[in-house]
Amino acid sequence: MKMAIRLTAILFSVMIAATASAADKPHSIPLDIGKGGKCVEEPMEMRKIHMNLLKHQRDETMHKGIRGQKHSLADCVECHAGKETNNVLGSDKAFCQGCHTYAAVKLDCFECHTSKRKVPAEARK
Amino acid sequence: MNQANLDNKTNADPKTNLDRREFLTKSSIGLAGLAIAPGMITNKVRWGMLIDNNQCETGCNDCVTACNTENGLAPATKPTDAQWIRKVQLRDTLTDRVSSLPMMCQHCEHPPCVDVCPTQASFKRADGIVLVDKHICIGCRYCVMACPYQARSFVHEVLTDQKTEVPRGKGTVESCTLCVHRVDKGETTACAEACSKAGHNAILFGDLNDPESAIAKRIRSVASTQIRADLGLNTGVRYEGI
Amino acid sequence: MSSTSFSRNESRYFYALAALGLFIVFLGYLGMHQMEEHGHIVSGMNNQIVWGLPHVFAIFMIVAASGVLNIGSIGTVFGQAPYKIRTPLAAIIAVGLLAGGLAVLMLDLGRPDRIIIAATYFNPTSVFAWNIFLYSGFFGLAVVYLWTSMEKRMYVWSKPVGLAMFAWRVILTSGTGLIFAFLVVRQAYASALLPPMFIVLSFAWGMAVFLLVQAAMFAWNNKILDPAILKRMKNLLGLFVISSLYLVAAYHMTNLYFAKQTGFELFILRDGGIYPMMFWGGYILIGSLIPAALIYTPGLGGTKSVVTASALVVFGSFALLYVFIIGGQAYPLSIFPGYEVSSSFGDGQIAKYIPSLPEALLGFGGLAIAYLITLIGTRVFNTMPHDAAVVAAKNDA
Repeated sequence: MKMAIRLTAILFSVMIAATASAADKPHSIPLDIGKGGKCVEEPMEMRKIHMNLLKHQRDETMHKGIRGQKHSLADCVECHAGKETNNVLGSDKAFCQGCHTYAAVKLDCFECHTSKRKVPAEARK
Repeated sequence: MNQANLDNKTNADPKTNLDRREFLTKSSIGLAGLAIAPGMITNKVRWGMLIDNNQCETGCNDCVTACNTENGLAPATKPTDAQWIRKVQLRDTLTDRVSSLPMMCQHCEHPPCVDVCPTQASFKRADGIVLVDKHICIGCRYCVMACPYQARSFVHEVLTDQKTEVPRGKGTVESCTLCVHRVDKGETTACAEACSKAGHNAILFGDLNDPESAIAKRIRSVASTQIRADLGLNTGVRYEGI
Repeated sequence: MSSTSFSRNESRYFYALAALGLFIVFLGYLGMHQMEEHGHIVSGMNNQIVWGLPHVFAIFMIVAASGVLNIGSIGTVFGQAPYKIRTPLAAIIAVGLLAGGLAVLMLDLGRPDRIIIAATYFNPTSVFAWNIFLYSGFFGLAVVYLWTSMEKRMYVWSKPVGLAMFAWRVILTSGTGLIFAFLVVRQAYASALLPPMFIVLSFAWGMAVFLLVQAAMFAWNNKILDPAILKRMKNLLGLFVISSLYLVAAYHMTNLYFAKQTGFELFILRDGGIYPMMFWGGYILIGSLIPAALIYTPGLGGTKSVVTASALVVFGSFALLYVFIIGGQAYPLSIFPGYEVSSSFGDGQIAKYIPSLPEALLGFGGLAIAYLITLIGTRVFNTMPHDAAVVAAKNDA
């Protein structure tokens, strides 16, 4: 019995420690975010609902032919592809892949969509 | 606490809605002035093509090459490779006349692929363009079985280096999109453009519903036919000279 | 001695059989993983033959699943006592076969990870979409059927549930036939005869599978099937095999009668190489005539003959489905009637198809799922047909 209490105590303390350290550094992954800052929406909002915005836009474009709206995946890639790699995938520093790997969420967009910037950053300057 | 705030924001999202409304208003105003308003499709338009078998040169493959370049397809070498447009060599078994024509998705008014698709991934846009919504295609290939024109391909391999405007990927079905990304910008299809450039002018793209369009005028004055017209699918692509 | 009490040896035997099944399921997983990882390029399928070996396995299992339950229907709907006590066994085999068939069908999809979309987006005009509904209903109903046929308090419900199951089966197998029958542009498939043909085929295939499983169970329990019951069941199998032959013949005859289908029929029955060979040799001779002879020849028709006949019927069903599904696609579409055509995309040419290892493994993996479910089901539930009471009752009368 004593043993069980002791073990539970240890378990809890480890859990609290783990949670605390996670809270200390919420964005601990170094990402190459291409052009940073506020883009189409506030960053906090984008982190939470970018998938909804993209899904909405995808159906509009696919079925109604509405193109050039601001929540387009192509524009995400255009701005946020890595400065060197011109890619939102390819490494755990890449904008999309880095965060999705960290959050362990399956990323299905780039099975079909290109993950590369259309015009390389150097050429645009 | 923080979490709750964020959720509130998500639900409200007044900004996006406003933008969208603004956009719709703007573009419908635009529609009044423009025959083709990019960004808004309507069933008043029916996109189609007229292919002149007499002008189509046997041996010329420019439309196929242009399609591959435009849509990021590798030239087909295996039976597993996708082909959105192909040149078909014809020999009339009674008269021995030899000719050739390009064959692609015929953009039917009553497309069998749309009827059979279990998930509604195959669909027809208001303006008559038949597409595959690859977001909901599960890759069952029933549409490939149902298409009378062998127009659909299944992506058998992992793809990389797709074009930005033309997403394509393993495990889904695809076919000619009538260059929808160009049409939405008010441009013509890549195959029609290449055919004109080659000097054959065998492919005429346009709005079948607009009585003033070149294609509508031509099908009014010249005999043209639909392939497998017996099926009653009312194809958007028509042929003359066969 | 009860058939449900197993000795230690029997137990060991069971685990060995289960391990064998699991091993084949694992092989199937490997095959599926290859196809999932690399795409269908590792299968023999291509843009002309879009449905291949996995579909042969899947459609066999789905059709046979419906057919196995025919045993139950004869018992509960038509009141034949020897069949009624076989309902639980039939229900378990049916659930197993359907599970195996659907597993193969789903894992062969280009995007099996998205299978949930098949439930969230529904196209009412698609026969495929109807079938998704029919298959799930079949599962549910088969489980209820099993319950009403095993639980004494539920016996009163066995007739209405059996009737519902019977109707559901007929619709489901028609649906499977309609998947093909609605493909109006494919010469091999556009035939109103396909739904009834599939229904009769399902009777034969289901009966054959049932007789195989039953023979294995009796051998395992050192029991001998009552000769009168064996005779009834084998005669029924014979009848179904001959009826199948009739419908397959009618299907080909009607095709031959339509002038524009003649080319296809000559291909599939005479000129098509592997396909006529499999049709005449595999389905007609090995899968129909020899089983019929084994069943009806005087002096034959014992347990061994019936088991052999059943196995040959199953073999013949695979041959027939291979010819039907793959041969049917190999013959080119008639896009330009009256013209000789050629292109880079197979126009006017017979398409080639060579099955690959991964897709074969996937198919066998599905069979192994059906086998495992049957094996475990027959051990967990008391499905052994106890004929003594039925035979005794008959002798008394």
